Amino acid sequence: MTTDLILFLILAAVAIATAVGMLLSRNAVYSALFLVLNFSTVAVFYLLLGAPFIAITQVTVYAGAIMVLFLFVIMLLGTDELPERTVLPWQKPMAVFLAVVLMVEGVYLILTQKTPGLINNAPTESTGSPQAIGNLLFDQYLLPFEVTSILLLVAMVGAIVLTNKEKKGGQS
Amino acid sequence: MDSALFWEMVIKSLILILVLLTGFAYLTYYERRGLARIQSRVGPNRAGPAGLLQPVADAVKLIFKEEFIPGQAYRLVFILAPIITVVPAILITATVPWGGIVTIGGREVMLSIADVNVGVLYIMSVASIAVYGIVLGGWASNNKYAMMGGLRSTAQMVSYELAMGLSFVGVILLANSMRMSEIVEAQRGLWFVFLQPVGAVVFFFATLAELNRGPFDMPEAEQELSAGFNVEYSGMKFALFFMAEYTKMVSMSAIIATLFWGGYRGPGIDVYWWLGPIYMFVKIVIILGLMIWVRASWPRIRYDRLMDLGWKILLPLALALVFIAATGILLEMMWLVPLLSIGAGAIAVHTINLSLRRKANAR
Repeated sequence: MTTDLILFLILAAVAIATAVGMLLSRNAVYSALFLVLNFSTVAVFYLLLGAPFIAITQVTVYAGAIMVLFLFVIMLLGTDELPERTVLPWQKPMAVFLAVVLMVEGVYLILTQKTPGLINNAPTESTGSPQAIGNLLFDQYLLPFEVTSILLLVAMVGAIVLTNKEKKGGQS
Repeated sequence: MDSALFWEMVIKSLILILVLLTGFAYLTYYERRGLARIQSRVGPNRAGPAGLLQPVADAVKLIFKEEFIPGQAYRLVFILAPIITVVPAILITATVPWGGIVTIGGREVMLSIADVNVGVLYIMSVASIAVYGIVLGGWASNNKYAMMGGLRSTAQMVSYELAMGLSFVGVILLANSMRMSEIVEAQRGLWFVFLQPVGAVVFFFATLAELNRGPFDMPEAEQELSAGFNVEYSGMKFALFFMAEYTKMVSMSAIIATLFWGGYRGPGIDVYWWLGPIYMFVKIVIILGLMIWVRASWPRIRYDRLMDLGWKILLPLALALVFIAATGILLEMMWLVPLLSIGAGAIAVHTINLSLRRKANAR
């Protein structure tokens, strides 16, 4: 248990550091790279919790596909460096307010939880296996799964329609 | 974790890394000699007997070359990029089995580093991480041509990953598992290349595009981009990019052999375990030879056609193959799978032919 705890503490420190680095970095590419590191750290968390499938999916989808596209867009637009002062007037009070709400929620949950600390029903080998997740997705959570896929399809069609219009306008 | 297991892992990893790096060095020799033979030349034959020491000479030369970092480059990322490219190229082979379970000195040793239950997905995720090195190298050089090369490779790799992932699905369906050792065991009777011939071809093309090899070597098109993403790199850093590309060639050949060509299986494997690595080696050499042959025979295809091939031909074809495999398994008529997939492949070839003819007429 102690090695797990030490690993968790180190990983948590890395995750927080990379998240802070992403927020504070002045260069958009560095921000994106910090976010990639953060996603990878979260993937290792999943591995520690005995869910290799989720961990690998996290790396493939977030670090491997989405962040590559982010980097692509950042580089294409060429807006690497942020200007010195881009503070919106309502941003700071809003951020403070939301942070306080999050804090209160977290503290409330921790205080009212019946079994604080570790979860008793630790996952076994089969809980995180691809078969188990597949069965759950296509059985118990079929409706949310299908709704998500339709949402993604709508987003994709929308993107294609939007970019197509622009092209036609340019030609005529 | 007991210490014996720890040392077993360390020794296995060291052997794999050594094999991959030696493989990289001699693959360059193999490719140069192979290309020379196809082009009626001799190739490197001066260093050592038949030029066998050529890779050593190249390595010594590259180590002692000056390493230049451009003044406007982003130093940290510039230095990190080659490393980020090399590491996934070596990591990706971790789940590939080189043989069954062997008893050495009373200890059962599995001839693969990690036989995890998500082995195929692991390969996908490591392959998708490998893009970063190239795109960051292009960006950090702060050079237009390098950046264009990096962007091209990002677009290309992301596009062909889809076709690659879907070909993986076909294999997973046939083997009913994502564990690499079970995929190999499922090919005990018949290799998947005979069940899913078109899937193997799609996967081979997707691999070539993923490796940035000819005819898909867009990111480093010499004539258009001077050299692509690695134009500002020199000395050992350039060698690292080179090393990543060739190590990845070996790794991907091992993966192709495992997924479609029966892996370490071959006649007599159940009696003599040491035949496993030998069969793997022979299969990898044959697939590498095929890659070199393709590079020597086909010119680079134009960038828009490359994208068309990825998105409009290979992706729908791979989807159709998944559907065909699933249908065959559901109806329990496995003979349907190769027949229908060859039909789908023929339709795809016909579509390419039609569109090429239309383009020729339009001109």
